[in-house]
Amino acid sequence: MRIQCPFCGERDLSEFTYLGDASFVRPDPDSADAGERFYDAVYLRDNPSGPFEELWYHGSGCRGWLRVRRNTRTHEILGVELARPAGFEA
Amino acid sequence: MRTLARGKPIRYSIFSLLGAALSGHRHWGPAWRDPAPKPAYDVIVIGGGGHGLATAHYLAKVHGITNVAVLEKGWIGSGNAGRNTTIIRSNYLLPGNNPFYELSMKLWEGLEQDVNYNAMVSQRGVLNLYHSDAQRDAYVRRGNAMRMHGVDAELLDAAAVRELLPFLDFANARFPIQGGLLQRRGGTARHDAVVWGYARAASSRGVDIIQNCEVTGMVREGGRVVGVETTRGTIRANKVGMAVAGSTSRVAAMAGLRLPIESHVLQAFVSESIKPFFPCVVTFGAGHFYLSQSDKGSLVFGGDLDGYNSYAQRGNLPTVEDVCEGGMAIIPALGRIRLLRSWGGIMDMSMDGSPIIDRTPLDGLYLNAGWCYGGFKATPASGWCFAHLLARDEAHQVARAYRLDRFASGRVIDEKGVGAQPNLH
Amino acid sequence: MSDSAHRLTEGGLIDRRKPLSFTFDGQPYSGFDGDTLASALLGAGVKVVGRSFKYHRPRGILSAGCEEPNALVELRTGARREPNTRATVAELYEGLEARSQNRWPSLALDVGAINSLLSPIFVAGFYYKTFMWPAAFWEKVYEPLIRRAAGLGMATHEADPDRYEKAHAFCDVLIIGGGPAGLAAALSAGRAGARVILCDEDFVVGGRLNAERLEIEGSSGADWARRAEAELRSFGDVRIMPRTTVFGAYDSGISGARTFGALERVSDHLRVPAPHQPRQRLWKIVASRAVLAAGAVERPIVFGGNDRPGVMLASAVRTYVNRFGVAPARQAAVFTSGDDGWKTLSDLAAAGIGVAAVIDARNDVPPALLAAAQRVSARVFTGAHVADARGSHGIHRISIRAGNRIEHVDVDGLAVSGGWNPCAALTTHVGGRPRWSETISAFVPGDLPAGMSVAGAAGGSLTLEAALREGAAAGAEAAAATGFAGAEIPSWRTSEDSAAARPFWHVGECPSKAFVDFQHDVTDGDIALAAREGYRSVELLKRYTTLGMATDQGKTSSLNGHAIMAALTERSIPEVGTTTARPPYTPVAIGAFAGHHRGKEFKPTRLTAGHAWARQNTEVFVEAGQWLRAQWFPRPGEHDWLESVSREVKAVRSSAGVCDVSTLGKIDIQGADAGAFLDRVYINTFSTLPMGKVRYGLMLREDGFVMDDGTTARLGETHYVMSTTTANAAKVMQHLEHARQVLWPELDVQMVSVTEQWAQYAVAGPSSRRLLEGLLGDVIDLSNTAFPYLACAQLAWRGVPVRLFRISFSGEMAYEIAIPARHGDALIRAIMTAGQEFGAVPYGTEALGVMRIEKGHVAGNELNGTTTAGDLGLGRMLSKKKDCIGRVLSGRPGLIDPDRPTLVGVRPVDRKARLHAGAHFLNLGAAATLENDQGYITSVAYSPMLEGWIALGLLARGPSRHGERLLAHSPVRGGDTEVEVVSPIFFDPEGTRLHG
Repeated sequence: MRIQCPFCGERDLSEFTYLGDASFVRPDPDSADAGERFYDAVYLRDNPSGPFEELWYHGSGCRGWLRVRRNTRTHEILGVELARPAGFEA
Repeated sequence: MRTLARGKPIRYSIFSLLGAALSGHRHWGPAWRDPAPKPAYDVIVIGGGGHGLATAHYLAKVHGITNVAVLEKGWIGSGNAGRNTTIIRSNYLLPGNNPFYELSMKLWEGLEQDVNYNAMVSQRGVLNLYHSDAQRDAYVRRGNAMRMHGVDAELLDAAAVRELLPFLDFANARFPIQGGLLQRRGGTARHDAVVWGYARAASSRGVDIIQNCEVTGMVREGGRVVGVETTRGTIRANKVGMAVAGSTSRVAAMAGLRLPIESHVLQAFVSESIKPFFPCVVTFGAGHFYLSQSDKGSLVFGGDLDGYNSYAQRGNLPTVEDVCEGGMAIIPALGRIRLLRSWGGIMDMSMDGSPIIDRTPLDGLYLNAGWCYGGFKATPASGWCFAHLLARDEAHQVARAYRLDRFASGRVIDEKGVGAQPNLH
Repeated sequence: MSDSAHRLTEGGLIDRRKPLSFTFDGQPYSGFDGDTLASALLGAGVKVVGRSFKYHRPRGILSAGCEEPNALVELRTGARREPNTRATVAELYEGLEARSQNRWPSLALDVGAINSLLSPIFVAGFYYKTFMWPAAFWEKVYEPLIRRAAGLGMATHEADPDRYEKAHAFCDVLIIGGGPAGLAAALSAGRAGARVILCDEDFVVGGRLNAERLEIEGSSGADWARRAEAELRSFGDVRIMPRTTVFGAYDSGISGARTFGALERVSDHLRVPAPHQPRQRLWKIVASRAVLAAGAVERPIVFGGNDRPGVMLASAVRTYVNRFGVAPARQAAVFTSGDDGWKTLSDLAAAGIGVAAVIDARNDVPPALLAAAQRVSARVFTGAHVADARGSHGIHRISIRAGNRIEHVDVDGLAVSGGWNPCAALTTHVGGRPRWSETISAFVPGDLPAGMSVAGAAGGSLTLEAALREGAAAGAEAAAATGFAGAEIPSWRTSEDSAAARPFWHVGECPSKAFVDFQHDVTDGDIALAAREGYRSVELLKRYTTLGMATDQGKTSSLNGHAIMAALTERSIPEVGTTTARPPYTPVAIGAFAGHHRGKEFKPTRLTAGHAWARQNTEVFVEAGQWLRAQWFPRPGEHDWLESVSREVKAVRSSAGVCDVSTLGKIDIQGADAGAFLDRVYINTFSTLPMGKVRYGLMLREDGFVMDDGTTARLGETHYVMSTTTANAAKVMQHLEHARQVLWPELDVQMVSVTEQWAQYAVAGPSSRRLLEGLLGDVIDLSNTAFPYLACAQLAWRGVPVRLFRISFSGEMAYEIAIPARHGDALIRAIMTAGQEFGAVPYGTEALGVMRIEKGHVAGNELNGTTTAGDLGLGRMLSKKKDCIGRVLSGRPGLIDPDRPTLVGVRPVDRKARLHAGAHFLNLGAAATLENDQGYITSVAYSPMLEGWIALGLLARGPSRHGERLLAHSPVRGGDTEVEVVSPIFFDPEGTRLHG
C-alpha cells in the first residue's frame, strides 16, 4: 500500500504511523457533561466497513498528520489531505 | 446418505475407528446435524466460531438449555477460529484477566474427554523471551501474579533458555536474550478441531447449528431484543448472544449500539512442513514475532497487527517483513525455511486490549466481544462464561471485570499500558 | 542404469558440451547445463525421488514446474540445507547434492511404508477420533509419534550463512510471466515506450514455448522467444528478470498502482553465492499497471495408482522431451480428456519413444488425432479411462476400462492430461473472485483488481494464438493507460493448436488407491468420508482432509477434490466454490523477507556523540531502545557490576560524576503560543515559567493516564526546549504534532525534534559547580544566587553555543550541559579533564538508576502506561486553573479510587536481604492469592548510601501505610522477603544537597 502524502508525494506504507478515526473532535472540557463526552470521543467508535476517515502520521517524512479517506473493506485509498485545516498550513 | 435425526453420533475411540476401518468408514454419520432453523429458540447465539459453539455446548451441558440455535453466516469456524496461530496459555498479569484465562486452560486440559473429539491440545510450553532488566522485572511481576493464582510460571535465565533452545541467536543478537518466562502448561491446540468438537458435542445435545445463515437485523419489541432477522427468515428468541468477533461493530450497529471496538487485520503465517524443529511456543521480546510448530510439521508464526482499521482479510508486505525480521533476529536458522502461506484475520480490538462479556443496554441482547488477538486461547472459558451469563443473567465470577461500562468508569484492564489506542494492544 | 539411459541424443535447450555432476542420496550422477535437478534425474533413469507424507508411498516426478507435489528433496548440506526443494525448479549446478526425504532407512526400503498397510485406519481426520485416552499420553506418546512421522524434509538448526537483500523497483507496466502471452505483452508495451519489467520464475524465458513443438512465424517457439527477448533487451526501459517469481499482489493505495512482491533467486543456481552477492533478493515492485501472463497448470486425473512413479502430467512429459532432451519412458501411454494431451503422442513419437496407447475420456475425438495415432501404431481407446496403474517403484502396466471391458497394457510411463487450471492466484490476493468457465472447465479470473489485466492461459485462453493475441493487446492497453498510446499492436502467425476438452476429474471406482492430493495422500475415499461427515464446504473439506494444504497449495489437487465433492453432494462446481489463494504464490524463504535485518543489523544502532569516548572507558553498554548507553565503567580490581556501580554513586555523592544523557528526547518548541501550547499538553503550567528557568512537567494521554515526564526550559519569550524520556521520545513528538496540527491548529507554535542535534551531559555532585566553573567560569557566574536550582542559560564554550540547565535527577547539585552534537566528543573530554582535580568519574545508566531510586524519582518502570499522576505521588501538579490533555478522563472513578496502588518506598526488614522488582505485596500472614494482592515492587537498587537494598513500589493506599510491614512475595525470583513501607525518598529527604 502506498500513500500520496500531499507534501512529500507518493510513499510506502512503512513510512507512516496510524492513529485511527479522524472524526475525533476534542469536546469542550468545561461543558457540564464533559466526562460523558470525553468518554464517547475517546472510547466509542463507528468502526465502519467501507469508506472511513482516519489519521496517519508521516513520521518518516514531513511529520505531517494526514487525513486519509480509505475503504476498510478493500484498503483502497480514496483521498488524502493534510489534517491541519486550510488557513493553518504553516 | 445417513443422517442422524437427533441425539448421539457414534462415540469416537480407537475401537470405533478400527471397526469403521473394516467397513470402509461407511457408517460414520455427519459430525453435526444440519437442521433448518426453527421459528423460535430459548437462546440464539450469533456466530458459529469457537466462542459461539462453546457457548452453545456449555448452555446445553452445564445449564441444561438445549433449545439453542447457533447462527453462522458462512461455514462454522470461518472467522478467527479458523485463522489463528492456535496458541493456548494463561500467562496473564492483571487480576481481571488471570483467573479467566486459567479457567480456560483448565477447560482445555479436559476438553477432549468433554467433547469426545481430539483437539490435539499440546502443552508444549510457552516461552516469552526477555532482553532487558526492565522486561525481566515485568515478567517477574507477571510470573508472580500467575503463581498467586496457582498458574505455573518459571523464570529462566539465559543459560536455561539456551539449554532449551540452543539454536537461538546467543552469539550476535542486536538485543541479547537475557532469559524468559516459561509457562509449561501453555502450548497449542488444533484450531479447527476445537470448532468441530464443540459443534459435534453441542449438536448431539440438541443445539441447532445453522450455517449459511447471516443475521441481517435485530427484532426489537419495546427496548427489548426478541429475535433476529436472517437470510433464512426471522428467528425469535428469549435471549440473543453475540459472539461475532471481527464483525462485532457491524452486528451491534443493527441494534443501534456503538462499542469501544475497532476492527484490525492481523496476519499469520505458516511454513512448509518440516520434521520436528521447534519444541515449544516462543515469543520475541524485542520485536514482533512468535512461533510454534504444528503437529503436521509447519512452523506457525506471526507478529504485530498491520495497524490500520480493516475488514479485508489480508495484510501488506511491511508487516510480513517485520515479522520475518523478528524471526531471523532470534532464530537465524529460519533463513532457508520457506513461508508457504499467509493470511489475515479481522480482530475485534477493544480499547484496553481485554474482552467484553456483558449484557448490553438492550434487554435480551448479550455481548461477547473485544478478544483482540487473544481469542483462540479464551475459547473454552469464553463459552463457559457467556453461557453462564445467558443462563443466569449474571456475570461468571472470573469474567466480572469484563464489563462494558469499564471504559466509562476507568476500571480498564490494560495489560500493555498503551491506553485507548486499539492498534497498539 | 547408466547415467544417460534416458537422455535423447539431440534436441532441447541443454548444453551437452557442459556436463555437470551431482549426487542424489549419495549416488553420483551427471546431467547438463540447462537441466533442472528433475530433468537430470529423469535423464539418469531415476524414477523414485521421494516418499509421500502419510503412507510413505514411493513417488516420482509429476510435473516440470513449481506445482510439483512429489519430487521434493533436501538440497545442499550443512548450514545451507534446504528441505522440501522442488527438484522440478532447482537448477542443476556442478556438485549439487540432494537427498530424498521422509524415508528411513533409505528411499528404496522405507519402514514408514507400513503406514500404507494401516491405511484403512489412517483415513482423513482419523486423529480427531482417537489418541484421546489416556489424556496424559498425548504429549508423551501419541504426539511425538505423529510429529516424527509428519513433516517432510529436515531443516538445519545452523544459522543461514547467506545474505539476502531487499530492493524497490518502479515501472509503468509489470508483466508477470515470460511465456508467449508475457513476451507479446512486453513487446507491445516496450515498443510503445513504456517502462516495462518482465518477471519469469524460470531461468529461461519463453514458458511453454520452450516445451512445445509449436511454431510462430515459421520458426520454433523457443527460437521466437530468444528473438523476442533480444528485442526487449534492446529497449532501454525494459527490464527482463528471469529466476524471479512475482509471489504476491498487495494493496494499491494509489489508484491502480499496486505493489507486488517478487523473489529473485540470484544465486540458487550456484553452489554458493559469488562474493558480495546475496542468495536471493526480495523486490517490492510498484507498477502502474500489471499484466498477469502466468500461464496455467495442468491437472492430473484421479484414478487407481495415479501416484505411481512414471505417471506424469502430459505437459511435463513434453517439457522433458522437448526442452531437456530426456525420455521419461521407453514405452508410454497417454491418458487425456482433451486435444491438448494428444500433442504428447506426436512429441514422444518424434523423439523416437514408443507410444503403446492413447486413452481419451471423450467418445468423440477429432479424426486428425486418430490418424496421428494410427501413423505411430498406438492403440486408441475412446470413451475410456485408466482405472489402475501398477508398479510401486515405477509403473509397468496400466489397466484401461472402456465400457465393461478391462484391458491391460504394459508401459513404463503414463502421460496424463485432465485439462488446465489458470494461474490466477495473484488476482485473488487482493480480493478478486474467480469465476467458473464452462469452456475450459476451470476457475478463471473473475472481476479483476484495478490496474491488473490478464492474458493467455492465465485467463483461460489456452491456445498459442490466443496467448500472443491477448498478450499483445494487454501490453498495448497497459502502456496506453500509463501514457504510451498509439503504437501498433503486433500480431503473429502460429501453427495450429487446440485446447478442446471435456471436463473429467475422476474415473470412479478403482481397484487401488486413487489420489487427489499427492503430497498429503488425500484420496477420493477421504473426500467421500468428508462429505459423509458433513465437512462439505470447500474450506471445511480442506481443513478436515488437508486437501490443498501441502507445499503446492493445491495447484494440482484442489479442483479435482472440489469436483469430486460436487459430484458426491449433487452440486455444481461453482456452487461448491473454491478456496482462496493466499500469498505467496510459491513458497518464499523467510530469510528473503528479513533481508539484512538480522544479527546486529536487526535494528539500527543509535550512538551518542560521546560514544567513542565512552568506548575508551568501558565495554559495558546496554540497549536503551535503539540506543546503546554505557551501563557502568569498571575499574581494574573491581569484581562485579555492583562494586563498580556503587563506586560511581559514591563518587557522585561525594564529589562529582558525569553521565551522557544525550538519548533523552529533546524537542525545540517555538512560537507566540508556545507557552499556551505547553499548558495544554502538560498537567502543570508552563506559560508562567520565567525565561531562564526550567520546570519538571508531566503529561497525560487523553484517557487520563500518565504518558511521559521530563523537564522543559524556557530559553526565550517564545522559545522552549522540552526533554522527554529516552523510551518515549518519538511517541511524544508524534503526540505533540497531533496536538499542534489536529487539535489546535490555531495556535502559533512550531516544533522540531533535536534529540540527535544536541549532545547532553549531566554533571552531578557537590563539586559539579567548581568543575563547571573551570570550563565556563569566564562566561557565566554559576554561584547559587546567580544560577540557582532550575536556572538555565544559553552560553558559548570555545565559541560553540551551549545550553546549561541546573537540573538534577540524582538529587545532588547538578547541571546538564548541551552542545551541538558534532562538538559532543570534545565537550565530554573537556569535562573529564576539568573534573580530574575533583576526582570526577564517568557514571553509567546503572548508577543513574540507583540515584534516582534513592531519591524516589519515577522512571520507565513506574511510567508503565497504567499509572496516574496520583499513583506516582504527583497528583498535586495537576493545575485546576486550566484544561490539558487527559484532565477530564483522569477524574473517572477508576482513576481516583483511593485503593489504587500508589508510590511508596520499601526496605527489607533484614537490611541485608535483597529485593526483586516484580515482587507482589501481601499483608503479613495473608495467603498468596490475587485477592490479597496489595501492589508490587517497580524498581530495585542496592543503595551504597544506605548500605542495603531499597525499592520503589506501588502499594494500595500506600502513602497512609508508611511504617507498615508487608511481605514482598516473589516465587519466580528470589522468594519472599519481609519489607517495611517507607517514604519513596530514601536519601536527603529535605533536598538540601540539591541546592548546594
